[in-house]
Amino acid sequence: MIADLNLTRTRLDHLDWLESEAIYILREVAAECANPALLFSGGKDSCVLLRLAEKAFRPASFPFPLMHIDTGHNFPEVIAFRDERVAELGERLIVRSVEDSIARGTVKLRSETDSRNAAQSVTLLEAIAEFGFDACIGGARRDEEKARAKERVFSFRDEFGQWDPKAQRPELWNLYNARVHKGENVRVFPISNWTELDVWQYIAREKLALPSLYYAHRREVIPRNGLLVPVTPITPPRAGETVETRTVRFRTVGDISCTCPVASDADTAEAIVAETVVTEITERGATRMDDQTSEASMERRKKEGYF
Amino acid sequence: MNAPVHRPDLEDRGVLRFITAGSVDDGKSTLIGRLLYEAKGIFADQLAAVTRATRKRTSGETLDLSLLTDGLEAEREQGITIDVAYRYFASPVRKFIIADAPGHEQYTRNMVTGASTADAAIILIDVTRVGTGELLPQTKRHSAIAKLLGIRHVIVAVNKIDLVGFDQAVFDHVRKEYDAIAGRLGLTDVRYIPISALEGDNVVRPSDRTPWYDGPPLLELLESLPADRADADLPLRYPVQLVIRANGSTADDFRGYAGQVRSGTIKRGQRVRVLPGGEAATVEAIEAFDHDLDEAVAGRSVTVRLDRDVDISRGDVLVDADDHPVLGKHFEAEVCWLDRTPLDPRRKYLLRHGAKTVQARVDAVGNKLDVHSLSSTVEAETLAMNDIGRVSLTVQQPFVCDAYDDLPATGAFILIDPTTNQTAAAGMIRNVQKVPA
Repeated sequence: MIADLNLTRTRLDHLDWLESEAIYILREVAAECANPALLFSGGKDSCVLLRLAEKAFRPASFPFPLMHIDTGHNFPEVIAFRDERVAELGERLIVRSVEDSIARGTVKLRSETDSRNAAQSVTLLEAIAEFGFDACIGGARRDEEKARAKERVFSFRDEFGQWDPKAQRPELWNLYNARVHKGENVRVFPISNWTELDVWQYIAREKLALPSLYYAHRREVIPRNGLLVPVTPITPPRAGETVETRTVRFRTVGDISCTCPVASDADTAEAIVAETVVTEITERGATRMDDQTSEASMERRKKEGYF
Repeated sequence: MNAPVHRPDLEDRGVLRFITAGSVDDGKSTLIGRLLYEAKGIFADQLAAVTRATRKRTSGETLDLSLLTDGLEAEREQGITIDVAYRYFASPVRKFIIADAPGHEQYTRNMVTGASTADAAIILIDVTRVGTGELLPQTKRHSAIAKLLGIRHVIVAVNKIDLVGFDQAVFDHVRKEYDAIAGRLGLTDVRYIPISALEGDNVVRPSDRTPWYDGPPLLELLESLPADRADADLPLRYPVQLVIRANGSTADDFRGYAGQVRSGTIKRGQRVRVLPGGEAATVEAIEAFDHDLDEAVAGRSVTVRLDRDVDISRGDVLVDADDHPVLGKHFEAEVCWLDRTPLDPRRKYLLRHGAKTVQARVDAVGNKLDVHSLSSTVEAETLAMNDIGRVSLTVQQPFVCDAYDDLPATGAFILIDPTTNQTAAAGMIRNVQKVPA
């Protein structure tokens, strides 16, 4: 097809292509939005976002603060990693926590150990109102879940923070429409077009640091309904269950109460890439207990203002 | 099938984006499901969810591949696809992004949306619905939109060939009928493949049930298509997105112009001009965060530094110093109206082009495209949602105006309703009047 080696060498490979698109999107947010924020949790997708932001804006500092919506149910090493990374970058981090929303009475939980993923939406919307953010940049990807496959890169939210899947703005070429009225906002997803495999290939290529629990380690777990539930103060063993020590890694790092590791010996990004190629279980299905409840549970949560 | 990283012997051909056009009845979702399934893009627990949902919807025993792609709850209730969904899979040499656009008439705007970023279009034809008769109106409509949006490669997937006994005569009939449409529209690169999405014939592997077909299976064809929009030999267009200054020190220490090369190649040492201002300068460095590049091709995001201070702001475009593109203030365009509120020529709109947003006025509405006869003879005074028509526009400030067919990246624009902020129209520049010098 194309024989000219000089031509092929200058072309973009698939990671270059994805990276350039994401950088372009981040710069559009910076140029078009008055007061954006980038959501950073210490998770792998948001670590990728930080590297992309460095590539988009250095040597200048980021044109937005970082923000973490803390459920209070975090793995301590992830929070430590988050703070280290922020210090390294010399950027500003805002932390708002679900605990505060509970104390205010705007979040009511049925029990202390309930998943706080849904409650996160409330705290996020409160933080958006508090700071007057008109755009929040997140690391969601379209391949994660069916409801996300149809979401725009610049995804409009009304004054209630709601996503209306039937009233999405058409998105053409790379001409994004970030315009909002006061009180409305957009969620922006620069790595919409990446898959889990792309993310791990990029982490390997860029040698990105991640919280250690993404790599194979020994951990106490309880085998339950086909999942390996980590033993934590929030997820203790139930009566009659046996605790096992297994070699595992986390594929997503979210709220402790609903995030499970998978059995794996992969202790480098390269090994995880190899494993991801042949893996037979998609990310959320394997590791998020709350998404399994109903096929449409993500869509419902998104309509409520969840990312 | 392995991902690109595991085949160092194979060149990574980057990304190919394509759109699939056709209705649910044509087996479009089944075809996409088949591609994903065969490319191991479908993981085990997604399959588990599919068998559960199928049981809910029908009592059938067979796996319904289309349920893998019908995403939203409302759509599952109605059994039709109502919005563009994006799907991903990788072969040993390429990553693919599918825009799955609905085939129903009322959703033309979604097909236009999906087509705007596509390098190729798969037009799906249900051979059992054509028989020895004419092609369906929607096939013509989808093809017209593919042409309108400048999609270079069209693949006609003649589906359900198993249901007509793999009969070459039926395939040849469809081919002849479509050739006529392609000729009228001016589609130049059209390829035909007889497939069975349900049974997998000629999707990923060649089928031994179509011995009369000697072309490649669909996936192989997709792997080999050039992604034209990244052509490095076209004229340089580098719209500046942001001016980057190092903080903390004096403002002149670092000044970089951040952007994505939209067409052509930018090179270190190249003489460039800044439009619309017209000042010339030399490219001193092309920076990519932790290293410098000698050149950057279309699609790459970089930061460009020039040898001297030039007044540059967001929306300005760097072009080669010897290139003299048209700076247009008045132009003709074809637009697809996307908004529920029809075009009102008395109102002003915001026009987004490259990295620039300017005020725009619609001076005249010309003919509307009749997507059934594929001709532009219907006179119109306004355009409503899903209408495609010719308009004359005037913008507040001149900008680099390229004909969409020559340079899609700088020949495209959107119109935004300044009251509602809705994206009101997608436009393609056809004809430009030069600004008097």
